[in-house]
Amino acid sequence: MFDYEFMANAFAAAGIVAVVSGLVGYFLVMRGQTFAGHALSHIGFAGATGAGLIGLAPLWGLLAFTLAAGIVMGALSERISNRDIAIGVVLALALGFGLLFLHYYTSFATQATALLFGNVLAVDHSMIATLAVLGVITLAALAGIMRPLIFASLQPELAEAKGVPLRLVSTAFLAIVALAVSACAQIVGVLLVFTLMVGPPAAAQRITTGLWSGLLVSAALALAEAWLGLTMAFYTDWPVSFCIALLSALVYFATFPVRTRSLQTAG
Amino acid sequence: MNVVELDHVTLRVGNRSILSNVTFNIEAGEFIGVLGPNGAGKTTLMRAILGLLSPEGGSMKVFGQTPHRGNAAIGYLPQLRTVLPDLRVRGRDFIASSLNGERWGLPSVSQHDRIMIEKTLDAVGARDLAARPLSDMSGGERQRLLLAQALIGAPKLLLLDEPLISLDARHQEVAIDVVRKVCRERKITVLFSAHELNQLLGTLDRVLYLGNGRAVLGNVDEVVTAPVLSKLYGTDIQVLRADGHIFVMSRGRDVERADHLHDHHDHSHGHHH
Repeated sequence: MFDYEFMANAFAAAGIVAVVSGLVGYFLVMRGQTFAGHALSHIGFAGATGAGLIGLAPLWGLLAFTLAAGIVMGALSERISNRDIAIGVVLALALGFGLLFLHYYTSFATQATALLFGNVLAVDHSMIATLAVLGVITLAALAGIMRPLIFASLQPELAEAKGVPLRLVSTAFLAIVALAVSACAQIVGVLLVFTLMVGPPAAAQRITTGLWSGLLVSAALALAEAWLGLTMAFYTDWPVSFCIALLSALVYFATFPVRTRSLQTAG
Repeated sequence: MNVVELDHVTLRVGNRSILSNVTFNIEAGEFIGVLGPNGAGKTTLMRAILGLLSPEGGSMKVFGQTPHRGNAAIGYLPQLRTVLPDLRVRGRDFIASSLNGERWGLPSVSQHDRIMIEKTLDAVGARDLAARPLSDMSGGERQRLLLAQALIGAPKLLLLDEPLISLDARHQEVAIDVVRKVCRERKITVLFSAHELNQLLGTLDRVLYLGNGRAVLGNVDEVVTAPVLSKLYGTDIQVLRADGHIFVMSRGRDVERADHLHDHHDHSHGHHH
């Protein structure tokens, strides 16, 4: 199947995005902020359709909106007590705006499905290069804040007392999530970023309790699911995003027995 | 030498005055039981000592200096509230995350850190927790883990904010014993906040009673009396002594026990998120 250039491109793009998603998603799950990640992708949809309206590539609109939203959410998060509700309201509003932009730019509507559910088979070389740069920036930023991020995630009160700037760390993290979501949406679409950003890390945290092993397993699972999903799609002609979503869910639920056993031994 | 000095200090959280015009000194090596009704300012006082809250008025010194964040001489056990119940992180990694956790970059644990973690876990009798994920630990085990963490880095002052909450009676005894033993050995000054005075009676050197914006520090016999506590609680308090126990009663009800029952209402105060 690698004789087809579009498949080779898809493997490269999906590989980059899967590793980035698996690593960033690990911290999203650790911090219990998966809903925020989901919301960012929906806000990105409004950005992508808005970009189409003014004649830009969807990726830039996606990036601009998710980054802005991530930073605002990070800056506000400690003041909003009902975070989930506030995020939910903004999420719905963003989807609404996405629809409005589509309404005024009808020729763009054909791309709506690609935005919502991904279109990895249409990826070209320049997109791969863009994703690679985006991925490197995302991972470099994550590496830069990883230590205080873990401390602040596990023990916010103590981290604050030890001098960790909590708000700065959480804002920087959501900006990193925004970058990862933008990249991830190129492959599986804004509606299915959970499949790579939440499924693999959640499964990894059930399989292993170590930090580095968890990150490694999370990235490996995301990569395996993305590539197997592509292979499966190639031979069945099912949509790629469906295959990845299916594998992601299967792997996640397959880890449940692991969890139950460790609980029993803890007695 | 005084470890903590408050000179006419006033502490406010938002618009609420928590302590006003409070003066006391805590000496090196003392074990201080911090008591008082809910919302009296136990957590707020500890946050001020940690440098997370500046006094509105008066002067405050910790080890002779103005309190500042990131003071390595202070070990802190916050009220256990935000540990995610589903956290699949090993005890060792949990503690390791706090070592130099304020530095940027990738996390790393040196051989030296590893040995230090093992030793400290040993000191509180919790070596077996190193390899177990937090989600599998009982409340008592988590508390021991947090205590070990507070002791890491050889602190000279230990702030323990309600360390007995969520422990059953037997584990409460164990926790108090461990703190007493380790802190006596290492000559660590301790501020230990609690709801119940009786468990601490054999351990504490002095008691710091907070209430009604005031604070009284002294021996149990001086502080835990009807006139002093009536002022702090702002209501008529009787103090009954029986069989080595002290009961603080208001209109026939045991005040401390009533507080304890309403535990979960307590923590909205002094907890800023």
